[in-house]
Amino acid sequence: MNPIFEKGGKLYWLHSTIDAFESFLHVPGTVTRKGSHVRDAVDLKRVMIVALLAAVPAALFGIWNVGYQHSLATGASPAFWADFVFGLGKVLPLFVVSYAVGLFIEFSWAQFRGEEVNEGYLVTGFFIPLIVPVDVPLWMLAVAVAFSVIFAKEVFGGTGMNIWNPALVARAFLFFSYPASMTGHDTWIALHKGEALIDAATGATPLSLAGDGVSALESAGAQYGTGFWDLFMGTVPGSVGETSVIAILLGAFILIWTGIASWKIMASSVAGALFIGFIANATGVSGLPAWWHLVMGGFAFGTVFMATDPVTSAQTETGKWIYGFLIGVLCVTIRLFNPGYPEGMMLAILLGNTFAPLIDHVVTERHINRKLRKARGR
Amino acid sequence: MPDIYKIKRGLDIPISGMAASSVRKVSGVAAAVCPENFKGLTPRLLVQEGDRVLAGSPVISDKNHPEILLTSPVGGTVKSIVRGDKRKLLAVLIEPGGGDTVFPKRDPSAMDGAQVREALLESGLWPFLVQRPYGVIADPSLTPKAIFISAFSTAPLAADTEFTLSDDIKYIQAAVTALGKIAPVHLSVKGADSVFASLDGARIHIFEGRHPAGNVGVQISHICPILKGDTVWTICPDGLAAIGRLLLEGRYDVRRKVAVCGPAAVDPAYIEALPGMPMAGIAPFCGAADGLRIISGDILSGTCAGADGFLGFFDNQITILKEGTEKELLGWMRPLRLKQFSADRTYFSWLLGKGRRYDMDTNLHGGPRAFVMSDSYYAKVLPMDLYPVFLAKACLAGDIDKMEKYGIYEVLPEDLALCEFIDPSKNSIQDMIAKGIDLMLREMT
Repeated sequence: MNPIFEKGGKLYWLHSTIDAFESFLHVPGTVTRKGSHVRDAVDLKRVMIVALLAAVPAALFGIWNVGYQHSLATGASPAFWADFVFGLGKVLPLFVVSYAVGLFIEFSWAQFRGEEVNEGYLVTGFFIPLIVPVDVPLWMLAVAVAFSVIFAKEVFGGTGMNIWNPALVARAFLFFSYPASMTGHDTWIALHKGEALIDAATGATPLSLAGDGVSALESAGAQYGTGFWDLFMGTVPGSVGETSVIAILLGAFILIWTGIASWKIMASSVAGALFIGFIANATGVSGLPAWWHLVMGGFAFGTVFMATDPVTSAQTETGKWIYGFLIGVLCVTIRLFNPGYPEGMMLAILLGNTFAPLIDHVVTERHINRKLRKARGR
Repeated sequence: MPDIYKIKRGLDIPISGMAASSVRKVSGVAAAVCPENFKGLTPRLLVQEGDRVLAGSPVISDKNHPEILLTSPVGGTVKSIVRGDKRKLLAVLIEPGGGDTVFPKRDPSAMDGAQVREALLESGLWPFLVQRPYGVIADPSLTPKAIFISAFSTAPLAADTEFTLSDDIKYIQAAVTALGKIAPVHLSVKGADSVFASLDGARIHIFEGRHPAGNVGVQISHICPILKGDTVWTICPDGLAAIGRLLLEGRYDVRRKVAVCGPAAVDPAYIEALPGMPMAGIAPFCGAADGLRIISGDILSGTCAGADGFLGFFDNQITILKEGTEKELLGWMRPLRLKQFSADRTYFSWLLGKGRRYDMDTNLHGGPRAFVMSDSYYAKVLPMDLYPVFLAKACLAGDIDKMEKYGIYEVLPEDLALCEFIDPSKNSIQDMIAKGIDLMLREMT
């Protein structure tokens, strides 16, 4: 490092920023001082970059789908590259704003506290554009990102210390502060200025059309396919990265394979959603078969990428089963019984995050008591 | 029939530089007594520079327990007394050239517990007994629930006790018999064909699995976990051999075979050495290379001794590593990075086969961060029934209630060393546990 950035140098106040770029390019030559003299080659940067890569299929699909939905809704004939370029034009600004605002705050904060810049936002910043409607105004996104980074993360002490998933806090902030831009029928399909939907087209997502069950979905006459496999493929409107279950499953495979995310949380979340879905379907509360909940809305994306965040999820193995199940149950419950808004995944995960420490507390207490009883019995 | 424990969790770190099964001669037999090797000891110096001592003569006693003595490993003259900051006593250097103290020969099976304690205390072999919880020198006024011995080590590049102690079985048998007079003895071996499996007077347990299956702390937690109020003692196999020689032959002899190993060691092999041997004695193993770290002990929990340091009292291994001060361009971004070992699946070391060995150095491979991965990420290398991250965080917070609950009585820092090794957040987990134990010692005793 140039000496002017070192202690006593003129630009020492910039050292966190310089450190961050330096350590981005090089693994620093720091040696172990305490404890284990050698260390595993893995670091948080590696973990984070792999988590980010796992979301890339969903992002690419989302970008194309934005263009595809635009073509369908405006009556143009879909063309792969044209759709992709249109989508890129709409989605790229979301990424730019998310990273620019988030990283600026992260860097400033680290600078202010004299700490190293944490890599956590690399992933958060990538997820935020994937869970918002494509037409969300950029200034709103900027405000939401700033709120989330400061109040959901930095005030708690930064990455690793936060209670709620910062990406979802950003989305919740948008949702409660600017509901008109986050719900309804005008936000899910991106249009050029002055363009309008063709008469036969709807801006509604399958989730809001499916209120009374599959028949309602079919009879809505949407310009996009509304069958189960259409939803599974993801060729429907929705938040940018949430629609394609196939792309998300690809990410799930990477996350489970590398052990970054817990398959137990994913499995139990699916089980929880199916459980309530079956009950609701059997008792006539909902005309929708349980498995439809898995392919609609943000369930798949939330289960794979948001609920499994190791910082905000339950820590213990038993706790993970309970935590995931709770999220699945809450998601479908909110979907079925909340009259105002069709989606429940965001709130379900934030509630799950809230309860995760309690779940862990109960699990560890029970474990310790059982262990004591067993040891005394010997 | 011995109980067989198959340990599933753990990790064998594939570091290169295993010591060959041969003993290499090294020059110099000087030795030092280092009170820093013993946790819980407040040293009082009993000798001055220029005093003549015999092997087995008292050099240092414990202020709180004057009957606990540290004795000279070699006969000779006290050459110098090394002090550190605030005149802290670091080492008493002894220049060899003298005889042995003559202790009475005894028949271990005819001794009673009090006689065994007395023999160990007066000879200075008592400090081999380590007391858990907390890993301090055993308190002679207590009677432990049991005495646990791990006859093998699974630590990276550890000395193979089947090789180093195969000639000392009769001494080890004598020591096991003697310790059995104090409390029941549990001895863990790595297989039914071990040379230690046929010892009498101890309950034999077989532990199979990867590191830390050979850690006595892990074995205790499987055999009989330490609860609040329990006291157990542990002793290393080299200590047993020394006790046996004291009882059967009446001499204080703590000589042992020490593995000099590590990726930076030239022709790694065993040497014969006394505890407190100056590291200058292993210069031939260091070659001409600069920037080496000489560790008394293993790469996970050993002490950084440096070229002026000494072999630790309990150690039978010296590891030589290269300091990893070089930057690595685009390290974490490179998809494969095949020359670095990682137990994590985000790299591909696990694909490269079990036989592959890595020239590891002391690079931290990242910057320190808060804990991000969940507890189970760490638990997969900790075969104990506890929550490592919860325990570490309780120690960080200094919350004694929680430390008790999460198992501070059961662990020493070395048991969580692998958690520290694999931690992507590069936390000093062993240091957290050590500070937690210090807090417990201050507050609870």
